[in-house]
Amino acid sequence: MSTVENISATTPHLDRHERLSLTWGDPPGILGWFMTVNHKRVGKRFMITAFIFFLLGGLLAVLMRLQLSRPENHFLGPDKYNQIFTMHGSTMMFLFAVPMMFEALSVYFVPLMVGARNIAFPRLNAFSYYVYVFGGIMLWVAFVYNAGPDVGWFAYPPLSGPAFTPGKRADFWAQMITFTELSGLAVAVEVVVTVMKTRAPGMSLNRLPIFCWAEVITSLMVIFAMPAVMLSSTMLIMDRLIATHFFNPSEGGDALLYQHMFWFFGHPEVYIIFIPGTGIVSTIIAAFSRRKVFGYTALVLSTVATGFIGFGVWVHHMFATGLPQLSENFFTAASLMIVVPTGVQFFCWIATLWSGRLHFELPMQWIGGFFFVFLIGGLTGLMLAAVPLDWQVHDTYFVVAHFHYVLLGGAVFPLFGAFYYWFPKITGRMLGEALGKLHFWLFFIGFNLTFFPMHILGLRGMPRRIYTYPVEMHWGSVNALESIGAILMGLGVLAFIWNVFQSNRFGRIAGADPWGAGTLEWATTSPPPNYNFLDLPTVGGREPLWENAPDQPIVTGVREDMREVLVTRPMDAEPEHLTLYPSPTIWPFLTSLAVTGLFIGSIFTPWAVVWGAIPVAITLTGWFWPTKKETEEKKEIEVWENR
Amino acid sequence: MNLFRHNSRVFGIAAILWLASCGGQQPQQTMFRPVGPMSARIEGLWWFIFAIAVAVFVIVWIFLAGAAARRRVHEQLPPELNPDPAREQRYLRRVMVATGITLVVLFAILGHTVVTSKYMNSLQSKNPVTIQVYGHQWWWEVQYPNDDASLWVTTANEIHVPVGVPIVLQTGSRDVIHSFWAPNIQGKRDLIPGHSSAIWFQVDKEGTYRGQCAEFCGHQHAHMAFYIIAESPEKFQAWLDQQRKPAPDPANATLAHGKDVFEKGTCMMCHTIRGTNAGSHVGPDLTHIGSRTSIAAATLPNNPGALAGWISDPQAIKPGVRMPPNPLTGPDLQALVAYLQSLK
Amino acid sequence: MGEPLIRRRELYVGDLPTIVFGHRSLIWWGTLGMMAIEGTMFAIVIASYFYLRTRISNWPPGLMPPALKYGVLNSIWFLLSVVPNQWTKTIAEKGDLQKVRIGLVVMTMFGVGNLVLRGFEFTALNCQWDANAYASIVWLLLGLHTVHLLTDWFDTAVLAVLFFTGPLDGKRYMDASENSDYWYFVVLTWLPIFFVIYIAPRLL
Repeated sequence: MSTVENISATTPHLDRHERLSLTWGDPPGILGWFMTVNHKRVGKRFMITAFIFFLLGGLLAVLMRLQLSRPENHFLGPDKYNQIFTMHGSTMMFLFAVPMMFEALSVYFVPLMVGARNIAFPRLNAFSYYVYVFGGIMLWVAFVYNAGPDVGWFAYPPLSGPAFTPGKRADFWAQMITFTELSGLAVAVEVVVTVMKTRAPGMSLNRLPIFCWAEVITSLMVIFAMPAVMLSSTMLIMDRLIATHFFNPSEGGDALLYQHMFWFFGHPEVYIIFIPGTGIVSTIIAAFSRRKVFGYTALVLSTVATGFIGFGVWVHHMFATGLPQLSENFFTAASLMIVVPTGVQFFCWIATLWSGRLHFELPMQWIGGFFFVFLIGGLTGLMLAAVPLDWQVHDTYFVVAHFHYVLLGGAVFPLFGAFYYWFPKITGRMLGEALGKLHFWLFFIGFNLTFFPMHILGLRGMPRRIYTYPVEMHWGSVNALESIGAILMGLGVLAFIWNVFQSNRFGRIAGADPWGAGTLEWATTSPPPNYNFLDLPTVGGREPLWENAPDQPIVTGVREDMREVLVTRPMDAEPEHLTLYPSPTIWPFLTSLAVTGLFIGSIFTPWAVVWGAIPVAITLTGWFWPTKKETEEKKEIEVWENR
Repeated sequence: MNLFRHNSRVFGIAAILWLASCGGQQPQQTMFRPVGPMSARIEGLWWFIFAIAVAVFVIVWIFLAGAAARRRVHEQLPPELNPDPAREQRYLRRVMVATGITLVVLFAILGHTVVTSKYMNSLQSKNPVTIQVYGHQWWWEVQYPNDDASLWVTTANEIHVPVGVPIVLQTGSRDVIHSFWAPNIQGKRDLIPGHSSAIWFQVDKEGTYRGQCAEFCGHQHAHMAFYIIAESPEKFQAWLDQQRKPAPDPANATLAHGKDVFEKGTCMMCHTIRGTNAGSHVGPDLTHIGSRTSIAAATLPNNPGALAGWISDPQAIKPGVRMPPNPLTGPDLQALVAYLQSLK
Repeated sequence: MGEPLIRRRELYVGDLPTIVFGHRSLIWWGTLGMMAIEGTMFAIVIASYFYLRTRISNWPPGLMPPALKYGVLNSIWFLLSVVPNQWTKTIAEKGDLQKVRIGLVVMTMFGVGNLVLRGFEFTALNCQWDANAYASIVWLLLGLHTVHLLTDWFDTAVLAVLFFTGPLDGKRYMDASENSDYWYFVVLTWLPIFFVIYIAPRLL
C-alpha cells in the first residue's frame, strides 16, 4: 500500500459527512425501521428488549417472594407458582442474560471498538434480532394464556415429557430455545468475523481491546455450546409430539441423556453470561485507573482458559445422580481448577488498581459491587464443587444463593457499570449522579438482603422450587426478610429507569470522550453518526486514543458513495481487500416471519415443518437474490485478485 | 470505605438471623446436626472450605480497599503511557505468587474432598439393613426386602432404622425424577426412572429426622417429605415384626363398618391393606397406617381430624395430588378413620 | 470557520481487490462458522447414539440393522460428486461463466440423485422413529443430515438458476466457490454418519 502524505482541509468535512450519512442511512419512517441493517440500531433494540425481559423476569421474582414471605401462604397456588419460577428462570437466562451480555453489547460496541463502519453480515444481524424478539413474545403470550411452561428452566424429562406434562406448555419452552439459540448463533458468527476480518489497520491481535476478546471467546463458546441445547430441546419436543423415545426409559431412552446434553450447554452458558462481564470489568478498571490494564496477555489467556475448561465441568450439575466415584473426582478437580484463571484475572485487576490513579466514578461503584458479590458467589462455588458437600446443598436455597451471587455479581453488576460507562456514548448525555448512587445502594443492599440469607436456609434444609413450606420449619422470618430485600432491588431498578428517562432528555452533554478512555468507540461523536467514523482510523497501540501518534494515518481510498468496507488480515490487521456491505432491506424481517411461522406451527403439527419450509425458502431466496442496481454498482468497482 | 461497613453489616445481620433461628421445636432437617458418620464428615468438609472462603474474602477485600484508599484521586488525570518496567515486574511477581497460593489452596480442598468422597463410599458391611425407596408423585414407597417373601415389608413415607447399623438405600423412581434427602443423616440421592443406585449411611443417635424431596417433581413437590425414625435395634426389630403381620381384624362393629366402607368404596382402587381384599399399588400401602406419625407424605400429623380432612378432600390440602375427594357421610367417615387408625 | 489545516498521513487502500476467494473472503468465514455449528450438532447426536448404546444390552433392540443397499449406493454417489464439485470450485475462482453454469447444473443433478437415494434409505432403515430409542436416534441422525442435504441442494439450484438469469457480478463467483465448500461439508459429514447408522450396529 502506498502511504501518501497529504494535506486535507477540514471544510470538505461537511460534504463528506452528508455523503457518508446518505450512504449509510436508512429509509425514513416505519418501513426504514424494519429495513435497517445498522448495527447500532439493532444493538439498541437488543438492549431495550433484553432490559424489558429483565423487568418482566424481576416482576415474576417479586411475585415469588410475595408467595414465600409467609409459611403456607395462599397468594399463589402450585400451578401458578410453578409456571412463575419456570418463566422467571427461562426469561432471565434465555431472554435477558445472553441477549444483553452477549448480543446487545457486542452488536453495538464491537464494530465501534475495532474501528469498523458496521458489523459483518448486517442482514443476518437484523434477522437475529427479529427471531429473538418473536421467540420471547411467543413464550410470554403462552404464559399469559396459562400455557406457560411449568417444569423448571431446564425442563428435565420425564417430568417435561409427554406422560407427565400434557398440553403445549413444555413445547412453547422448547421452541423458545430454538428461536433464541438461532439468534445467538447468528450473532456469534457475526462477532467472530467482525473481529477477525474488519479491524482497523494496525490493530494486531495483541492490540485487540479486552472487551472484544471477551466477546469473541464468548462467541466461540456459543458456537460449540448452543447446539447441545438446540438438540436436547428438539429431542424433547419430538418425544412429546411425534412419539420418539430419546428420554423414555421404558423404550431404551434415558432421562440422564437429557441432563448430559442440557448441562453440556448449561455450564458454558453461564460463562457465556459471565465472560462479557469480565471484559466490562477490565475496560472500566483500565479507564478509571488511568493506565492500560495490567497483565493483558494473562487476562486474555485466562479468558481463553476459562472458556475452554468451562466445557469440561458440566457433570458438576449432576453430582447427586449417583455417578461413579472416579467421574465425581475428575469433575470436582476440573470445577476447582477453573478457579485459577478467574483468580489470575482478579489479581491483574487488583494490580491495575494498586498501580493506577483511581478516579472513582459511578461505573467504578458497580465494579466494586462486582468484586463483593461475585467473589462471594465464586467462593460458594468451591463448596458446590466438593461432591459430598454438594450432596447436601444441591437443589436447596444454598444453590439459589450461589447462582444469583455469581450471575448478578458477574453479569448484572458489571452490566449496570457498563450502562453508566457507555450511556454517554449511546445517547450523548451523562446519567445523573444522585439517582445513580441511589440506584446502586438500593440494589446492592437489597440484593444482599434477599440472597445472603438463602445460603443459611439451604444449609438448614430448605429445598428449592417449593411453592410453600410448613410453619414448623421456622423458615418464615428469614423468607420474609428476603422478600423485603427483593422490594429494595425493585426500587433500585426503578431509580435507574427514572434516571435513564431524565438523563436522556436533560442529562449533562457528554462529548466524544467524557471519561478520557482509550478505545476507539470514544474516537467519534456521542452518539456516533450512522457511519461510525468520519475518518477510518488506524491504530498504534492497545489504547488508540492514548497511544496513537499525533499524525497517526487515516485510511483513505474506501468509497464513500457506496457501503464499501475495508477487510483486513486476521492476525496483523494489514489491509487485504475491499467489499460492499448490503443496503437496508426488508428480507431479513420477512424471513424472520417465515421462520417464526415454521417454529410456532411445528408446536401444533409436525407438518408445519414441511409446509412452513416453503415460505422460508422463498424469503431466503429473496434475501439472497441480487437486484440489478446493486449488481451494476458492484461491477463498476469490481477488481479481481490475481488478475 | 463504605463497602467495608456494609460488608460487616450484612454479615452481622446474617449471624443474628442464624442464631435466632437455632433452637425451637422444629423438625430436624439440617446438615448442622449430624447424627451419623456420613453427615458428620460432610459437616467437617463444610467448615474447612468455609474457613478458607472467609479468609480469601477478607484478604482480597483488604487489597481492594487498600487500593481504593491509597490510590484514589479526585480528578481525571492523564493516562499513564509508559509504566515503570521495574514496577510492572514487581507486580508480575506478586500476581504469580498469588496464583501459586491459589493453586495450593485449591489442591488442599481437592484433597480433603477426595478423602471425604472415599469415606462416603467406604461404609461396607456384610449385614446391612437394606431398604428400597421408590419415588412417586408425591409420596415415598418404602420396601424392606427379604429373601423370604413372607418377611418382605412394604410401607410408605416413614422409614425406621436401627441405630449403629450400616444401612444401604437402593433407589429408584416409578414416574419422574425425585431426590431423597435427609440432611441430618446423609447427602441427597436422585431417584431416576430407569436407574438404580445405592447410597450408604448409618444413624448413631435415636430420634426422628425429617427429609424432603429435593428434585422438582411437579405440583406437590413442596409437600413430599418423609420421616426417618432411628431407634434401638430391639425396638426396630419389634417394629419390623409388626409391619410383617397382615392388618389386624376389626375388633368391634364400628371398625368393621369402617373396613366395609374401605372395601366398598374407591379406596381399593389405589391402596393395599394386606389381609383384606385391597391389593392395588397405585397409592401408598396402608396395612399399618395407624402406626405412622404422619400422613400425606409428612404433610399432616396422623390424628383422626387430619385423616378425616385428608380423606374427604385431599385436593384442598395438596392441590393436584392423585387422590380424588371422597364425599362420605359423617358416620361412614368416622368409622373409616377409626378403622385406619386401628391398623397399627 | 477558520480551523487550521491538518497535516495527516494517509493509508491508501483504494487499489485493493474486491473479489477474493478462500479464507480471505468474509463469506468463507461465515461458512466456516456454519460448519462448526452443524459439525458440533452431528458430533453430539453421534455421541448420544453411543451413549444410548451403553444403556441397552441388545443392539439394535429387537430390530434388524438398516439395510445396506441404498446407504452404500448413496455413499458412492456422494463420493463421485466430489469430482464435479472440485471442478466447479476451481472454475468459479477463474470466473468462467459458461463452465460455472455447467458445473452448477451438474451439481444440482447430482443432488437430485442423492435426495432420491436418501428417500429410499429412509424406507430401508427397518424401523419407524417411534419404535424405541435406537430407532429415534437413527432417524434423527439421518434426518439431520438430510436437512443439510436438502438445504445445500436448494442453495445450489438457486445459484444455478441465477447464473442463467443474472444479474451477475464477481461476488456470485465467490458464492459458487463457497457453495462447493459447503457441499464438501455435506459429503464429509456423511462418512462418519454412514458408519454409525449402517456399520456400527453390525460391529457392536
